[in-house]
Amino acid sequence: MDEFLLIFRHQDGGKLVSPEQMQIWMQQTMDWLGGIAAQNKLVSNGMGLSFDDSRVVRPNNIVTNGPYTETKEAIGGFVVVRAESADEAAEMAKGSPVLQGPDNSIEVRKVARH
Amino acid sequence: MEQQDLIPHLFRTEFSKIAAVLCKSFGIEHIETAEDITSETFLAAFESWTYKGIPPNPAAWLYATARNKAVNHFKRERNFHDKIAGELAYTSGSFQEIDLSEQNITDSQLQMLFAICHPSIPAEAQIGLALRILCGFGIDEIADAFLTGKETINKRLFRAREKLRLEKVEIEMPSGAEIDRRLETVLTTLYLFFNEGYYSAVEDSVLRKDLCLEAMRLTHLLIENEQTNQLQVNALLALMCFQASRFEARKDEKGELILYDDQDENLWNKELIMKGSFYLHEASKGTQLSRYHLEAGIAYWYTIKADTPKKWESILMLYNQLLIQEYSPVAALNRTYALAKVKGKPAAIAEAEKLALTDNHFYFTLLGELYTDLDNQRAKEHFEKALSLAKTGTDKQTIRRKMDGL
Repeated sequence: MDEFLLIFRHQDGGKLVSPEQMQIWMQQTMDWLGGIAAQNKLVSNGMGLSFDDSRVVRPNNIVTNGPYTETKEAIGGFVVVRAESADEAAEMAKGSPVLQGPDNSIEVRKVARH
Repeated sequence: MEQQDLIPHLFRTEFSKIAAVLCKSFGIEHIETAEDITSETFLAAFESWTYKGIPPNPAAWLYATARNKAVNHFKRERNFHDKIAGELAYTSGSFQEIDLSEQNITDSQLQMLFAICHPSIPAEAQIGLALRILCGFGIDEIADAFLTGKETINKRLFRAREKLRLEKVEIEMPSGAEIDRRLETVLTTLYLFFNEGYYSAVEDSVLRKDLCLEAMRLTHLLIENEQTNQLQVNALLALMCFQASRFEARKDEKGELILYDDQDENLWNKELIMKGSFYLHEASKGTQLSRYHLEAGIAYWYTIKADTPKKWESILMLYNQLLIQEYSPVAALNRTYALAKVKGKPAAIAEAEKLALTDNHFYFTLLGELYTDLDNQRAKEHFEKALSLAKTGTDKQTIRRKMDGL
């Protein structure tokens, strides 16, 4: 078994949502994570990343507000799962409510071992 | 209380008090001496009371006898060491007086609980020692509780005492910073201790109930102490109260297990449910969310018999959180059952098949239940597989009853 990082990429992540919508997403996320954890394949439930109060630091001390100045895509969070292959990890990723956003995506990356 | 009831009752409660106080006075290296003197005290009581009748204040009689026996023991030791070894084995500081005041009894029991639940000792041995010293169980009873022989228990306790001696475990409350870490082990032991009574295959229901009540009593000791009256301790006691509330409803008169759905909720102990709610409320006065909080939350919902969407959604959510914190096959199976209640059997079957707990009879029982009414032929196959894996008579009976229902 290898470990895979599932990276959630959101479009328009900063968009405001209603508390009710938030509640539904949270519950769906918990159901999804619970399903992975029930297979003993959840390594870390990682963390969600806030879309507020962020900076991008570039060479020559250039600091800009937030990751959205040039691209609208931002990382919304990550989790780590255990799987036999990237395909199995991708299969798990399919159930994530993040994918309800039509332009959102989940990147599946194997954690390199040294 | 009648004489025949009084003696076993006294043995249980007073044995643990005297043993804890003596252990505390003698130090951990003399734990066996403390146990022996306590046993001798009860033997003396048994011999004397049989002929002379029970004294007006039996506890005081026991304390006085234990005190005398301890003093005599130390006089003998001192003589021996003065004459032969030429030095005192027990410094006068470690043995002054056997203080059997209520306060010292409580303190000693609590300190012994921490000493026994030392991380260097395997959980089974911790529970064994706790049953012996803190709950006054005989070796026979402990062997019955673990479904094993006396010899195994004696060996296990012997090794545990050795380990306590080698590690020079002090009978004292851990210091401020240490207490949280050690409390973790104590709670795990008490949790396993309770489950030993609640889920064990032991036929004797009185014994099983006693185990549960003792685990609750020891947990309550932690709550009575300011330092250990922490949120997760309250959550654990809430969990125990909720579970124990169904004790009377779980078995029929033939001792056969009655499943949750078939239980008569009038037999559920309302007082324990109320107590559980109280401790869960206490446990929720902070931001901490331990596994005991989650399990107590689940147990709370189980005290409400009616099947409502809210009940099962809440249970599913709690199992999700529990599994995310820490995986266990039991939680995985129970989560899938809750999922069937919330999202329907087909959705739950899809997730159940991913669990792959193929050496677990509960797994096949669950699959059998999920297929029931959808595909009874497959349900039957799963129940048959479960039956071939089940070990205890109770489990086999439960599965057969489900098969009959097809």
